[in-house]
Amino acid sequence: MSTQTRRFIFWFLIALFFIHTSLVFTIGTDEDNGKELMTEDAQAGKLLYQKYNCTACHQLYGLGGYMGPDLTNMVSSPGKGEMYARAFLQAGTQRMPNFNLLEDEIKSLVAYLKYVDKTGTSPVKKFEINFDGTITQK
Amino acid sequence: MKKETGILFVSLGLIALVVGILFGSLGAFQFVYPDFLKEISFVKLRPLHVSLVVAWIFLCAIGGIYYYTNTYCGTKLWSEKIPKIHFWIFMVTGILILCCYFMGKFGGREYWEFPAILSIPIFISWILFGINYFKSAFKKVGNWPVYMWMWATGIVFFFITFSESYLWLLPYFRNNLIRDLTVQWKSGGAMVGSWNMLVYGTAIFVMTRITEDEKIAQSRLAFLMYFLGFANLLFGWAHHIYIVPSAIWVRMISYFISMTELLILGKIIWNWKNSLSDAKRNFHILPVRFIVASDVWVFLNLALALLISVPAINVYTHGTHVTVAHAMGSTIGINTIILLASAFFLITDVTKHEFTISQKKIITMGFWIFNIFLLIFWLCLIAAGIEKGILVIDDKLTFQEIMEKINPILIVFAFSGLGIFVGLIMIISPMLKATYNYLFQKEIKP
Ligand code: HEC
Repeated sequence: MSTQTRRFIFWFLIALFFIHTSLVFTIGTDEDNGKELMTEDAQAGKLLYQKYNCTACHQLYGLGGYMGPDLTNMVSSPGKGEMYARAFLQAGTQRMPNFNLLEDEIKSLVAYLKYVDKTGTSPVKKFEINFDGTITQK
Repeated sequence: MKKETGILFVSLGLIALVVGILFGSLGAFQFVYPDFLKEISFVKLRPLHVSLVVAWIFLCAIGGIYYYTNTYCGTKLWSEKIPKIHFWIFMVTGILILCCYFMGKFGGREYWEFPAILSIPIFISWILFGINYFKSAFKKVGNWPVYMWMWATGIVFFFITFSESYLWLLPYFRNNLIRDLTVQWKSGGAMVGSWNMLVYGTAIFVMTRITEDEKIAQSRLAFLMYFLGFANLLFGWAHHIYIVPSAIWVRMISYFISMTELLILGKIIWNWKNSLSDAKRNFHILPVRFIVASDVWVFLNLALALLISVPAINVYTHGTHVTVAHAMGSTIGINTIILLASAFFLITDVTKHEFTISQKKIITMGFWIFNIFLLIFWLCLIAAGIEKGILVIDDKLTFQEIMEKINPILIVFAFSGLGIFVGLIMIISPMLKATYNYLFQKEIKP
């Protein structure tokens, strides 16, 4: 393989990368079903989620640590909900630390979790498997 | 005597590795015994573990690249001062990051949990590293061997992906969860790909040096494999986010590209058929032994990665310990073992130290203990993950019920983590002793 061919393939891949990236940043991720719930409170909640490193133990869409449960659809799970979440945030548990959160912080975190819940489903439990190895969510 | 900066990076890396694995083992015990070590919560232990082992991968890879470019690549480093500055920036930033974790100051994101401001020195040092590498490499007469391409790619793409990982600072990205997660894992997935470029490049370099066969690094096949790996770095990251509702094509492109890794798998099997006798003959050479082991781990992890890239399998394994097996298998089984090979090569080359027979025995024993416990560790994670996946999706059990069921496997997992730690200490302590003697100019006893 000549150096010229090597350079050509390299730059060709880089060009594809930039096209692909700009599409992923825009139309690839435009859908946002919970948009109207991303209030200022919820936006603050997102940053608090990072500030207290909730990700170390919790997942959103299965992404994050595994010590605690996935929180994506926590607020709409049967038997759970806002008050239930507040109880955990106020007191912690044997495994979950008590972060001594202020009332405002709890409010923001809950608002954020409400937004997250509207964006989609995780884990996906109802699906059909297609012939090519992909799945269709029901 | 003037000291090599490369070896400074490598020895700091080895220390980071030992401490990082120690934190990891402690974290594993917190998983199964909730009251274990209440003083340092898991919320701190996890980032301590992750950042230290990632630091190890970078320190050892960077140290090698500095030394090898300066000594073996038909080039000289453009600046010998930059590596020293780089080292000190790394050290100081690293200590600040560890302090933040101990104090519970986060604010970043998974894997880069420290406050975002601390990424600035990392950016600066990386730019210096990149300038130095390219200024040096472009002075080389003749074609770059494949490992120099790989290092160049790794350097450029770490910069790009690390920048992407901070796009959350902009509300446009941060305030749409689907975009936020997609971009985060696009960046994270490709970032691992870019450090793999640094590490695999190092593996090829070490093999080329030991066998003194430059063909390995100039052949058409070597370049085809490099481009295949590069395409996977660029486009093959979406198996992390198959269940995130981004546009379908985002996921389909990744699925398709990921499957091209079958070719790499095939190539490994083909190579084994041809090179088994060579491997047997050279198995006594320490770096060779580690590279052979890493080959086996590449095979196992690639097979696993291919499986979990199929959406119908991924839907079960995603968000379970199978993903952890994939991550640990690649970072410990592949990256760490290759980098240990490079560390052996570099340390012996720089210090001219010959390990004694008893040291070699300890290293050999450590090598087997490390690999056997890693295998148990890896299998436990896969077993726990598969069980969790089935319990969540088919049996629809609650979180607490599931954790109770997989706890016995996780106990074995936690103890095998200790085994890995012990094996590692046996491998590393002779190396650290040799570098200590070199750095502090003691007479080396034969
Ligand atoms: C050290 C690990 C850890 C951290 C950090 C952590 N949690 Fe938890 N959390 C848990 C565990 C474990 C549970 C499950 C209850 C139990 O077993 O103690 C839980 C439960 C919850 C629940 C109830 C979920 C359910 O479905 O039952 C919510 C809500 C929650 N956590 C929110 C948060 C938020 C928000 C943060 C960040 C401010 C956070 N957690 C940080 C470990 C953690």
